Formats: sequence, C-alpha cells, structure tokens
Amino acid sequence: MATTYEAIATVTVGSGGAASIEFTSIPATYTDLKIVYSARNNRVDTTDHILIGFNGGTTSITNRQLYGFATSVGSITSVPRSVGYVNSASATTNTFSNAEVYIPNYTSSNYKSYSADNVDENNTSGDNGLWLTAGLWSSTSAITSISLTSNIGTAFVQYSTATLYGIKNS
Amino acid sequence: MTHKLVVDCSTGVTTEVELTAEEIAQAEADAAAFAVAEAERIAAEEAKAAAKAAAEAKLAALGLTAEEIAALSK
Repeated sequence: MATTYEAIATVTVGSGGAASIEFTSIPATYTDLKIVYSARNNRVDTTDHILIGFNGGTTSITNRQLYGFATSVGSITSVPRSVGYVNSASATTNTFSNAEVYIPNYTSSNYKSYSADNVDENNTSGDNGLWLTAGLWSSTSAITSISLTSNIGTAFVQYSTATLYGIKNS
Repeated sequence: MTHKLVVDCSTGVTTEVELTAEEIAQAEADAAAFAVAEAERIAAEEAKAAAKAAAEAKLAALGLTAEEIAALSK
C-alpha cells in the first residue's frame, strides 16, 4: 500500500522562543498539506490569534471564522490571517493551544482554500475558545512556504511545536 | 524577539533567522489591526448581551416568569 500521509518536517521552539515558524522549500510532490501545531506565546493575556502566511507574504488572505467561547458564539472576518487562538502567558500554566490547518491542492494554479480547527486550552469557565476557520489565499502561485506568527505576542514559547504533513491521493 | 525558526523542508534543517524590517513592520501592523478588531468583537458581544437583558427585563415587566422568558429562546 502506498504511503499517502507523511510528516515532511517538525520544528520545536527552544528555550529562547521564536517570533515565528516558517516551513520553506515545501516539495510539490503531494496533493494536500496539513499543519498540526501545539503552541503558546508570550502575550500578557490569556489568548492571542495565530496568523498564517504563504510564500513569504501576508496579503490576499481572507477568512470567515466561527468561534465558541464559554458564554458566547459568533463569527468574524476581522482577523483575516487568523487560524484561531493561541494560548498566551496568562492562560493556565503549561497549557498549549492545538490546531490542524488543512490546505488542499496547494500546487494548483487556482486560488488556495484552507480550513483550520483550533482550540485554546485554559482551565477556566469564561475564557477558552473553539475556532473553525475557512480561509482563502487569492493567489495562483503554488505554495512553497508557510509561516505561523503570533498576532500580538512577540514570541512562541519553548516547547511550542509544529509539524507539516504531506498528503497524496494515491 | 528578533528571530524566527525556518525549516527547510528539502533538507530538514532548522535555522534561526533574524526578522527583516519588513517583517517587524508587518507584525506591528497586525497587532494594531487586531486591537481594533478585538474591540469591535467585544463591543458587539456586549451590545448583544445588553439587548438581551433589556428584552428580558421588558418581558418580566409584562408579567412573564423567568421560566417563560427562557422558554422563548429555546
């Protein structure tokens, strides 16, 4: 049976932290990509958004996000590169947010869609959230690099980790 | 924080790379835009909650019980 799901690369943030994580020189030999991350950053708050970028750029990315908090639900389009929340410095100690970002047909000459399923982990009744994101990168270029960056926080903290998977259809 | 982790998927090698001035400027712009967006979201949530509370108060003034008011939103 052919291998259709492979871990391309994994990165874990060291003790000094990192402003962003970037996967470069992504091979064009798969049909889809998936990023799985576990992350926490240094924003002085409980949460922050985590932002995605493609091919070294941050433009032409739009989204619709559905969220659910302890006491409210809703949707926004106002953080266009967000793939969900990331746990920040005031969240329960040693808790990390988790997410999957799925990018089908990343080498297509059409615009690229992606979806993300995210949760921030926080031991509280009032400040934790679930996010579902539908996003679009309006570019006809094949995706060759992907970045993950904090929105307000300046660094992902130690032990934050991200893995890029390649998925083939046969 | 002035560096990012770059993973070269063709080699598997991870390196620390200094942020460019452009990347730092982008981060600052993202943060400013987020502050506005988050304030708007919170204001919308608060307005929604206030409208709900006001509606419930008016219904209570009309003589509905808390159970009857709750039943309206089910």
